[in-house]
Amino acid sequence: MATLIVKIADLQIGREMDTVTTLGLGSCVGITLHDPIRKIGGLVHIMLPEYAGQTDHNRFKFADSGIAELLERMIRAGASRHSLVAKLAGGAHMFSGAGTQNFLKIGERNVMVSLNTLHALKLPIVGNDTGGSHGRTIELYNNTGKLKIRTVGFGEKII
Amino acid sequence: MPHELKDIGEQSIDTFRELGNIGAGNAATSLATILNMQISMSVPEVAVVPFDHIINILHGPENLVVGLLVNMSGDLNGFILMILELKDACEMTSIALQREKPQGQELTLDELDVSALTEISNILVGSYLSAISAMTGLVVSPSVPQMAVDMVGAIISIVLVEYGKIGDSVLFLKTKFSDVNKSMNGHFFLIPDFESYKILMKSLGL
Repeated sequence: MATLIVKIADLQIGREMDTVTTLGLGSCVGITLHDPIRKIGGLVHIMLPEYAGQTDHNRFKFADSGIAELLERMIRAGASRHSLVAKLAGGAHMFSGAGTQNFLKIGERNVMVSLNTLHALKLPIVGNDTGGSHGRTIELYNNTGKLKIRTVGFGEKII
Repeated sequence: MPHELKDIGEQSIDTFRELGNIGAGNAATSLATILNMQISMSVPEVAVVPFDHIINILHGPENLVVGLLVNMSGDLNGFILMILELKDACEMTSIALQREKPQGQELTLDELDVSALTEISNILVGSYLSAISAMTGLVVSPSVPQMAVDMVGAIISIVLVEYGKIGDSVLFLKTKFSDVNKSMNGHFFLIPDFESYKILMKSLGL
């Protein structure tokens, strides 16, 4: 039984008794995949939308490449491709009045590319708590597949 | 421009430290005037630090802070982010507004506090920017500050996103303001966009 902490632009996969968590998501998005039968769950913490055309080659940093990596590693860890379900949280717009500059809308683009990638990979999305203008800490419980979301001032919820 | 921030040389770091020193010095003088107290300022710490490290410096991703964001436009485009501990922000507004917060109550900011903080950050960022102008000859105008109170991990993501395109480190500038009894920490992040970064380096002779 362990709590695995996923850092920024990082990925972790845990077994049945593990909790996989990432703290203080702002415009970043946390995407989880869970196999409810084998009770394997993983989480990737991405900060930018697309891998293509970037000078940085950390695949966990981008929504499209990060989700593809997570899927591949989940299968390698013993998860079944066809039982996997996805959840995502984050993608906030932290300074709500600052939307005139494109890069400040990064949260929205992170969410859009994450959703598109999950659709393209035919991974069913069973939970989605994205957008808004507040930070989130998320915890995936691998025994149940539930995702707990904690905020400052916007309460706590489970999806 | 170095491909990765970590390739920035010692000389550039020194120049940025000097820039920070003058900028923060100006800002401290303004703060002393607003708060009507003696404010001393530490020599700024300037470093290129990895993402995870910066979050540790700011006491972990879930630490509750006040973030004040100002857009820059003109010769330089990008933004300045100022981060204050919630406790320090409350301290500042109670001094500026000359009212005592009830003891033992949860730290919160009301409308008046928000307005005072916006004004304080406006002045601090303005002083900081005028130092940059004086040193570089570049003209930069700041927007009205935007404020957010949230987990530092979430607030800092705006900085990480911009630096994340080129690597996993940020240029970090920490300045401590203090008077005889109290010490307040202010963290300034100067985040020019790609083009502006080149312009800034060039005008500093780097």
